Amino acid sequence: MAEATHEAFDPLATGSRGRQFRAKATVYGLLIFFALLYLSPLFIIVMNTFRPLEEITREGFISAPGMLSTEYWIEAWSGFCLGGTCEGVSPYFTNTLLMTVPATILSTAFGVVNGYALSKWRFKYDTWVFGLITMGVFLPAQMTLLPWAYVLGKLGLANTIAGLVLVHTVQGVSFTTLFCRNYFVAVPDDLIKAARIDGAGFWRIFRRIILPLSPPILIVCVIWQFTGIWNEFLYGTVLTSGSNQPITSAIVAFSGSGTGQRYYNVEAAAVIFAALPPLFIYLIGGKYFVRGLTSGAVK
Amino acid sequence: MPEQATPARSSWGRKLTDWTPQIVLLPTLFAAAVYVVIFSLWTLWISVSQSTLLPNMAYGGFGEYAALWQSKRWTVAYQNLFIFGTLYVLGSLFVGTLLAILIDQRVKFESMWRTIFLYPLAISFIVTGTVWRWIFHPQTGVEKALNDVGWLSAQFDWITDRDMALYVVVFTGIWHASGFAMALILAGLRSVDGDLVKAAQIDGASMPRIYRRVVLPTIWPIFVAVTVVLLQFAIKTYDLVVALTQGGPGVSTTVPAIVVYDLMFQRGQIAQGAAAAVMILAGLALVLVPYVLWSGWRAKKEGQEHG
Repeated sequence: MAEATHEAFDPLATGSRGRQFRAKATVYGLLIFFALLYLSPLFIIVMNTFRPLEEITREGFISAPGMLSTEYWIEAWSGFCLGGTCEGVSPYFTNTLLMTVPATILSTAFGVVNGYALSKWRFKYDTWVFGLITMGVFLPAQMTLLPWAYVLGKLGLANTIAGLVLVHTVQGVSFTTLFCRNYFVAVPDDLIKAARIDGAGFWRIFRRIILPLSPPILIVCVIWQFTGIWNEFLYGTVLTSGSNQPITSAIVAFSGSGTGQRYYNVEAAAVIFAALPPLFIYLIGGKYFVRGLTSGAVK
Repeated sequence: MPEQATPARSSWGRKLTDWTPQIVLLPTLFAAAVYVVIFSLWTLWISVSQSTLLPNMAYGGFGEYAALWQSKRWTVAYQNLFIFGTLYVLGSLFVGTLLAILIDQRVKFESMWRTIFLYPLAISFIVTGTVWRWIFHPQTGVEKALNDVGWLSAQFDWITDRDMALYVVVFTGIWHASGFAMALILAGLRSVDGDLVKAAQIDGASMPRIYRRVVLPTIWPIFVAVTVVLLQFAIKTYDLVVALTQGGPGVSTTVPAIVVYDLMFQRGQIAQGAAAAVMILAGLALVLVPYVLWSGWRAKKEGQEHG
């Protein structure tokens, strides 16, 4: 991302004093308005995870809290009942973790090697191979639901986390290959040529030249894959059921069911558990998250 | 390009080394061929088969497509997609551009603002939809809060109103995606030549005018790219609506992806569900194919101009 190329002017520091002040007030006023709009849902939900149910039912989500308690967090994690089992959101959280971590590692590992092979080793039909792999990025999930259900059944992976790992790895490799190829294209070919003249082969060049240059794109892939797979809903809902479902499906089953008593505070805490891991990843790697966006969308 | 292998290797070993890139790509190529080509053709075939609750691969003609386009639900779904897609893309572009321009004014705490505006993108549609459902719902959200502080006649029940519920989906979609637009547009603004802006400033143009007339027009390809990505999101929209309104009230917020799921897994009309999935693919192709062709043409033109 090209940053800081136009340091040339400071728009808020031009014009008369009164004008400068008005411009500043407008800019910061709007920024604060939008920041509140973006943060308020998060704030409201977190606040309601601490409030007694009776208070929320009486006053709604948006009101000053009276009594505060952390018991709803515990209830959400390991207490509430869903589909006959009363273990809270924790088993589904574990399912999602067991699905996301292997699928992220596998798709990133394949993506890096693929991206290197496609950008630095030209061969016949290489653009066709790249094109085919990239099409996986755009193919809507709806086109693959029935075939996946059939294939996973034949492989003995129906209704398993392993099945979802396979689905997300296959789909994720399209993304990671695209990201890595676009990144490695910028590595000077002369570097590779020189290594080849010295007798280095495919894997040696990969280890000695490509891998040391890879950390930024590896981080992009890991963040992108982790958040994407963690947040996925449709495949989880269609290809697994009951206690094998990921957390997104559990949230919908728990808080989306229209009938019966609502436990808003526990539901809110469950929602926070579902949101926390990708949010945490985003906060520690935000810069790379943006880079992933730009490399994926603009190129 | 021949591999410069060490001469000591046998010719077989050498051949193997020559083919390493292709061999390495083989698993992915196989997976992509199955996933992209075979799965697509498979679903395409199901859509013209006699499948109902269970797959029946005998050819059944294009009757399911006709039935799909005659069903009220599908008509509503694609009209909704049209309205949602248009407002969602325009709204996200507008808010994204505004935020990008604001941040571009050399504001203090720039990375903090960026983090705040972009964080929704890290959160799932399921979480986003669930949270906003509570806020929009008259019993728990804004209307309740306004009534409780004494404004008893305040009414804000769009989410339970057939005519307005779709705009709740639009709003929530924009909330989720405008940070994405902001990030890309801001990257574009930062690549604009500062001298261009300075020259316009010396001419006495005001800042809003400079952005409208000078800066934004120079980064129009970014707007095209963001539009294409957002349209793609819009066409695939599913989770957000499920969590926010479940397609209701009635069918007022149903979108094509929800119709696909219902036909395939709730109503036991696999063939018609597959037909609806093919229509989603067709919609995506309508957006992506021209874009890919256009980008290819532009890259070629640029190559000629510079080379």
